[in-house]
Amino acid sequence: MAKQVLDALTAKFPHAVDRTEMTYGDEVAWIKRDHLVEVAKWLRDELGFVFPVFVTAIDRLDWKPIGLPPSEHWNEDKPRFEVAYQLRSKTNQRLRLKIAAPEQDPRVPSLAELWPAFNWQERETFDMYGIRFDGHPDLRRIYLYEEFVGYPLRKDYPKEKRQPLVRRDDLALNPLKKEVR
Amino acid sequence: MGVELSTTRLEDAAKWAKQSLLERGSNWGRKFSLFTYPFVTACCGMEFMSVAGPKYDLARFGAEFPRFSPRQSDLLMIVGTITEKQGPALKRVFDQMAEPKWVIAFGVCASTGGFYQNYHAMPGCDQVIPVDVYIPGCPPRPEQVLDAIILLMDRIQHGRGHSQLRTKREDLIAAEREE
Repeated sequence: MAKQVLDALTAKFPHAVDRTEMTYGDEVAWIKRDHLVEVAKWLRDELGFVFPVFVTAIDRLDWKPIGLPPSEHWNEDKPRFEVAYQLRSKTNQRLRLKIAAPEQDPRVPSLAELWPAFNWQERETFDMYGIRFDGHPDLRRIYLYEEFVGYPLRKDYPKEKRQPLVRRDDLALNPLKKEVR
Repeated sequence: MGVELSTTRLEDAAKWAKQSLLERGSNWGRKFSLFTYPFVTACCGMEFMSVAGPKYDLARFGAEFPRFSPRQSDLLMIVGTITEKQGPALKRVFDQMAEPKWVIAFGVCASTGGFYQNYHAMPGCDQVIPVDVYIPGCPPRPEQVLDAIILLMDRIQHGRGHSQLRTKREDLIAAEREE
């Protein structure tokens, strides 16, 4: 059903759609990031994709799944991040828009103006992966604190690295420490 | 500095004999009127409710009355995971409580961080404030909580809570300085 949507999308925007694929029954359209907003606006207004489901990112650093040939593995030349927008239409069709973002320039146009529900989810994606959403009205960290350095869900963030805000360095609170002195 | 920070039961008994009547009486009063501040952040709160409810009945130990203001409570129960972002709030709540005050780390997340060994979870709330009694378990059984309360009451009676030791210690240091 949504295969028709993919075909219509490719016919309407041949310059914007990189490729389309079906993965596990879901339709995925890879969109060039310069054309994302016009494609999304057309999908919402003309095809009835009015329900925003989620937006998230995928970090493909050192991605080597078992069973795939080495040509599919991640290497330095491929874009490191993928941003996925999942949409659902009034007729219950599912469509996922994917945008590739390289490591040096992880910028993706924001869809928060089209679907206000994406506002906080894009902030979360920025918080966890450091994807910059161009045109987002208020791109700040949403879960973590302002003092946090780095993006914890990136593959190169150390697994147990904590960035404490407060610790018991006040010795008056800790009689045991004072005794050892 | 001659302050014992950990003692055996026998030494406790000797201390009990040495305690003044006033100290003994005030500690007795304190241990049976623990006003709880439940710092409930996670699923352990369900277990806390069951302990506070009629079946296990924390009221038998005089600790049934949760005060939702740290200024009116003297037992801080940290129930659930503490994240690094919550650290300043937790310290502030602890600082607002009036002396003497006691802290119970309820459940394995509050005690050690539990299975959250990652960027956001604090590895035990004792990184920020001193804890008197740790309750393991995910979540702990209500019997464990009652056992911890009894342990804490024992400590209060013998003047071995963190805040009691601290006060005693400060008194001793002041006395030493005066000499």
